[in-house]
Amino acid sequence: MTTQTILPVDAQQLGAQSQSSGEPGWLKDSRLKALELAAGLDLPKLEKTRIDRWNINNYGEYKPSQALAALQDAPASIAGLIEGQEEGSLIIQRNSGAVYARLAPELAAQGVIFTDLQTAVREHGDLVQRYLHKAVLPEEHSIAALHAALWNGGVFLYVPKNVVIETPLQAVLLTDDAEAAFVPHILIVADTNSSLTYVDNYVSDKTEAGLHNGAVEVFVGAGATVRYATVHQLGQDTTDVTYRRAVVENDGTIEWIIGEMNYGDTASDTKSVLKGNGSSSDAKVIAVGSGSQKLSYTTQAQHFGRNTPSDMITRAVMRDSATSIINGITKIEKGATRADGQQTEKVLMLSPKARGDANPILLIDEDDVTAGHAASVGQVNYEQVYYLMSRGLSRHDAETLIIYGFLAPVVSQIPLEGLRNQLQSLVERKLGQ
Amino acid sequence: MAAEFVIEGLKATIEGKEILKGINLQMKGGEIHAVMGPNGTGKSTLASALMGHPKYVVTEGTALLEGEDLLEMAVDERARAGLFLGMQYPSEISGVTNSDFLRSAINSRREEGSEISLIRFIRQMEAKMKELDMNPEFLHRYLNEGFSGGEKKRNEILQMMMLDPKIVILDEIDSGLDIDALKIVADGVNSMRSPERGFLVITHYQRLLNYIKPDYVHVMMQGRIVKSGGPELAQKLEAEGYEWIKEELGIEDETVGQEA
Ligand SMILES: Nc1ncnc2c1ncn2[C@@H]1O[C@H](COP(=O)(O)OP(=O)(O)OP(=O)(O)O)[C@@H](O)[C@H]1O
Ligand SMILES: [Mg+2]
Repeated sequence: MTTQTILPVDAQQLGAQSQSSGEPGWLKDSRLKALELAAGLDLPKLEKTRIDRWNINNYGEYKPSQALAALQDAPASIAGLIEGQEEGSLIIQRNSGAVYARLAPELAAQGVIFTDLQTAVREHGDLVQRYLHKAVLPEEHSIAALHAALWNGGVFLYVPKNVVIETPLQAVLLTDDAEAAFVPHILIVADTNSSLTYVDNYVSDKTEAGLHNGAVEVFVGAGATVRYATVHQLGQDTTDVTYRRAVVENDGTIEWIIGEMNYGDTASDTKSVLKGNGSSSDAKVIAVGSGSQKLSYTTQAQHFGRNTPSDMITRAVMRDSATSIINGITKIEKGATRADGQQTEKVLMLSPKARGDANPILLIDEDDVTAGHAASVGQVNYEQVYYLMSRGLSRHDAETLIIYGFLAPVVSQIPLEGLRNQLQSLVERKLGQ
Repeated sequence: MAAEFVIEGLKATIEGKEILKGINLQMKGGEIHAVMGPNGTGKSTLASALMGHPKYVVTEGTALLEGEDLLEMAVDERARAGLFLGMQYPSEISGVTNSDFLRSAINSRREEGSEISLIRFIRQMEAKMKELDMNPEFLHRYLNEGFSGGEKKRNEILQMMMLDPKIVILDEIDSGLDIDALKIVADGVNSMRSPERGFLVITHYQRLLNYIKPDYVHVMMQGRIVKSGGPELAQKLEAEGYEWIKEELGIEDETVGQEA
């Protein structure tokens, strides 16, 4: 079935806008080409998910954002996330554009680049052009194509060879104007033997229907380590479609930590391409679904290099009438000898109307490999609830302990204390109502 | 005030089948009552029905603890009213540490704002674990997950000691324990004996009763208490088995579901 892609802008508008934003010609061409592609491409095919019935056309239009004079002028909706960050490295996107960007001077001195992507295109055009849309390809489907045509604001992080950054770099992406397009693109390039941690938060503060069409591209150079943590806490009104890809060179490491705490329909796909020998990937996803959310979470590892371990864990709690499809895809290509692909998906359902579906998939074209998967879907065990209640805990407290216990094996492994606590309180918020 | 626990005419069904057919039992603080009886005669059912296990439906009777009917209460209210059941098969709960669980259990008995401090709690817990000869690492283990049979039983006793209940029911607390562990667990129980607390000890073996000396012994068959006596009754059962009681009462099949 082919659905006609509704284009939110026409080519003329898009070209004019690119030009008036001072974008280089190659970018204007890239946007126009992607828009043309979008018209002819289908929506992504998601397992058991009718994304065509979702509210995915509320792009809004590009609206320039007003830069913040100072960090304390940031909207109240994100104040908690940026507290004490005056001296840190932080980018804030509000609706269609960046409103704040700061890089700690000691990192700038080492050659680190950390700025919004629209600025990076002007100031580091060659570098950006080399990587932009090379991991999430506009050709994949209409949503990726529209992203490539329309992306705005965004983050560009480049860490030079051998530079090791301990403190996390942070971004906050806020949508609080339903008429403004919110299509951030995150591009991270970690050069040889560098190391970095990046943490971002997606927040909404509005009531009208909207869309986040996001893409994340991470290029992990030889021997480099990237820890990418992201927390999505968009409201019920916002549909979230996010594609994340990492391409990992020899002996590089990508670590994904993903908190899916949205209140609206969400499709996310997080994939590590283990291109180099000895490269590795570790993905941890925790998710809570509530209300009538429709959710599709996919994690993928594709092994090309030899000696490549990958591990993917998803734990999801579904309450009310939330529906979730959880896919894990481990693909081991021919020649990827001694690859080791492991995955686990577990869903805990808190109400009879909640749905969870875990689909582990192993696709293996090489003999000399190890791979494994485990998947389970279940309800809170009433014997366990009884046991805890028999010690005096209320039903609510007993269920809460069991639910946190279900998430604990993943949450407790999150290496950043602040993030761990934040996720814990978001889980509490989603489960507490 | 010394705990007074009075069960009257307790009947309970499971999946529509009547298992308890009218239990009467009176206990006072300071007393230890043993309940014995062959397999499948309703002993665990009695314990579970008193605690409020969702699979058991109480159809008749009352169970008054200090004048209040436990059977009208939710499971957690029964616990907070002072009932404790050391279970024959305790649940395993992944991801919930022993210490987080027990602290929540203690705090459930306290007002908001007067929760037990972490330091105080850990000190108490470590002291009790020492008494029970438990490795301190069990504090941080997930609740009963991967515990051996004997370790689970010790953990039940640990919970009892921390929660300070008024009426303690122990369902086969001796099963799965080696001789040394049996003594340790019995010492734990004995250390908790007080005029304020009553014990109902379900067991198959006189051995346990050598350590935990009962004041009364009751025998269950066919979902009823068919005979009660003093400690000598347990000794006679150990020596002679249950046949003589069945003969005395004209019971052919002692399990539930068979009518006398
Ligand atoms: N779900 C159930 N459906 C039907 N009968 C049940 C169910 N659960 C328990 N019973 C029956 O209830 C009766 C009493 O069981 P209970 O566990 O109380 O015995 P018990 O005296 O504790 O035995 P044991 O000494 O072996 O522990 C048994 O005949 C048992 O088969
Ligand atoms: Mg039993």
